[in-house]
Amino acid sequence: MCLAIPGKIVEIAERSRLATIEVAGVRRKVDLGLLQDEMPQLGDWVLIHVGFAISKVSEQEALEQMLTLSRLGEAEQAIREVRAYGQQE
Amino acid sequence: MLQLRTPKGDGEHSEPVGLKSEARDSSPSFAVLLRDPQIEMAHGAGGTATRRLVEGLFAPLLLHSPSEPLADAAHVAVNGTRIAVTTDSFVVSPLCFPGGSIGELAINGTINDLAVAGARPEAIVVTFVLEAGLATKILEAEVRAMAEAARRAGVQIVGGDTKVVEHGKADQMYVTTTGIGSPLPGVTIDPRLVQVGDKVLLSGCMGDHGITILLARGELDIQADLRSDTRSVFPLVDAMVRAAGPGIRWMRDPTRGGVATSLNELARDCSLGIHLFEPALPVRDAVRGACELLGLDPLHIANEGQFLAVVASKYAERALNALHQTPGGEEARVIGEIHEQPAAAVLVTTPYGGSRVVDMLVGDPLPRIC
Amino acid sequence: MKFVDEFRDAEVVHKAAGEIRRLADPARHYRIMEICGGHTHAIYRFGLKDILPESIEFIHGPGCPICVLPMGRIDDGLSLAEDLNVIFAAFGDVMRVPGTRGSLLQHRARGMDVRIVYSPSDALTLAHANPDRHVMFFAIGFETTAPSTALTLMRAKAEGIRNFSVFCNHVTIMPAVQAILDSADVQLDAFIGPGHVSTVIGCQAYEWIAKHKSKPVVISGFEPLDILESVVMILRQLNDGEAKVENQYKRAVPWEGNRTALQVMAEVFELRPDFEWRGIGLISQSALRIRDSYAAWDAERRFHIPGLRVTDPKAAQCGEVLKGVLKPVQCKLFGQECTPEHPLGALMVSSEGACAACYSYEHRKAMVSIPSQSA
Repeated sequence: MCLAIPGKIVEIAERSRLATIEVAGVRRKVDLGLLQDEMPQLGDWVLIHVGFAISKVSEQEALEQMLTLSRLGEAEQAIREVRAYGQQE
Repeated sequence: MLQLRTPKGDGEHSEPVGLKSEARDSSPSFAVLLRDPQIEMAHGAGGTATRRLVEGLFAPLLLHSPSEPLADAAHVAVNGTRIAVTTDSFVVSPLCFPGGSIGELAINGTINDLAVAGARPEAIVVTFVLEAGLATKILEAEVRAMAEAARRAGVQIVGGDTKVVEHGKADQMYVTTTGIGSPLPGVTIDPRLVQVGDKVLLSGCMGDHGITILLARGELDIQADLRSDTRSVFPLVDAMVRAAGPGIRWMRDPTRGGVATSLNELARDCSLGIHLFEPALPVRDAVRGACELLGLDPLHIANEGQFLAVVASKYAERALNALHQTPGGEEARVIGEIHEQPAAAVLVTTPYGGSRVVDMLVGDPLPRIC
Repeated sequence: MKFVDEFRDAEVVHKAAGEIRRLADPARHYRIMEICGGHTHAIYRFGLKDILPESIEFIHGPGCPICVLPMGRIDDGLSLAEDLNVIFAAFGDVMRVPGTRGSLLQHRARGMDVRIVYSPSDALTLAHANPDRHVMFFAIGFETTAPSTALTLMRAKAEGIRNFSVFCNHVTIMPAVQAILDSADVQLDAFIGPGHVSTVIGCQAYEWIAKHKSKPVVISGFEPLDILESVVMILRQLNDGEAKVENQYKRAVPWEGNRTALQVMAEVFELRPDFEWRGIGLISQSALRIRDSYAAWDAERRFHIPGLRVTDPKAAQCGEVLKGVLKPVQCKLFGQECTPEHPLGALMVSSEGACAACYSYEHRKAMVSIPSQSA
């Protein structure tokens, strides 16, 4: 129900709750008021929904997730290879 | 805009539609099918409601053969010479936007309608409906833009008409253009010629115009480095026809309603299925970004400087090369092909092997948050 | 686009689909409900059903805040727009939803000042810019959107903006899920949880489903790889006989949710005793209204609204489709009297409603075999 897109903070005024985010070259001001507990910094990525940043996006988690996903099927593949060796001997 | 076209065949009719009194008799089988009690904005958006209006009211009452497929220009024979004729009206707000203005849209739009009907644009007449209170400076700027667009395209503006209406009765100005052209030799445009295996070509990136206008309105407070793609596509069409004329089955300029609407119209007219390859669809990053942000699909967004062509498979490479070698055609792509199924529908195949149907919209695409 | 394109990678999607085929027991039928309309939309948009085994069925949940809004509430909002001094601001999603006397778009065509906004803060900006007019914002959405409305109201109060009010139609997701799970005829094995709602309410909120209903819940992102990974995680749980809450959308969803967002919601809103959900009926404690401390910005209190109840045609089987008892194509009105252009019931009203999504993206290809694509 909720269209939220990751955007990069490219401008952030001091002591202001507004920042400019960029998505594929498109810019819009967003309100950072919902992330007061851990204020995002310039260069951070946030999820944007109705002109507000609702969450930070963690690059670390994203990388880990992609790593896990890319390895799907590897364990199976390894087992198949070992079995194949076993049959050859 | 879709034209009401006379039946094909040289010499079959010697008058343009409507001049002969017989043309006004509506045969009893051509009843008005439009049930909508009043005209809504959706009827002008180019989607299903527009089609209902044209097919359900205009065609049965105005057209000599209402069951013929609708086209971008009509071909009429005058004393044995075939000419193409088209008309279009332009209603846009704001009047000026990055990349152009209403004046250029009007001239290029009519040129493009003629081009995709397989005709060389020759002359244009212009009608202005002006709102009282419109600054003359604004009008002058538009007229200059039109003169420049016509000059660039090598088309003469040969006359026009003006009306002024009360303040509030027109959004600053409405422009209508009517153009005539001479059919290019060696090409016949008809959706009924489309066959399974034919390729679908698109001349360049989708969505530039519609997103530019949406952002230019300012309501969404979104900025992007985008311009309308308004231009004459005739040089591209001309090059493609020279290289691959016998293989060209159908062309259209995907304006309001986008590529999805034009291809849905084709699919219905030829009762075949159109499969588009998602990775092949050309979209600029900024258009993509704006669409993702606003929940829009580039396939539904208006273009003002592009055209679609369906080309027989063995001519497709020739056609594409001709486009690539013509200035402005570098981004042309093969975006899909014609299949038997699903009949009368358009599918987009995803990079994963799945697919989704792409329908015509009812009205204009609206930003969404859900 | 970063954080988007990686999660659409065709090669990795292929691997994930392979893993799902490996895990899915062909003798079993897995019924997975994706709660959020955004997931319904993504499943159709990316053609995910085509690459999953037939043993996996997606049941489309109630997470479409437009769809579940009763027509009477649309009429109430429209009655407010009829005052010519009012600028009626709403998201694009609401514009085509039909009221008894037409939609917002149709009202605009008749001369009412109706404006599409992307953000509630844009509506407040309109109020700043038009001091002689009253700007009324039609607020819709689940907990993803409610904090933004709340913050906007707090700003309006702090800045003393008097010519602004909100017609609040925010709803909360959990009671609807509860209502569905409490239905006798529902058969579900697991849930794909709403990723963006969860950035606000966190993941603990779903633990009662795992503990008391013994069904796995995986909180999911919205890209193809997110949804596929969530299916992998669900299948692993079901195959192992487990039922727990897992967070697939770790890059964006904190387990404990967003404290600030919950705080601003609590500051501005309170729960209504009950609220009608189109297609489901009255659900208690399922919707938000504006607190007394913000009464001056509550459109329902500043203006009179008719408050009439409008019922859907009896033949509309939205409730059964919502619970997964019927597929959209099985409703008698589907595609005939009820289409996206003339919606008669909740699920056809917005593009991510189960019936609208099925109609727009799928039903015409039902009888067609898709030619295989070489990579």
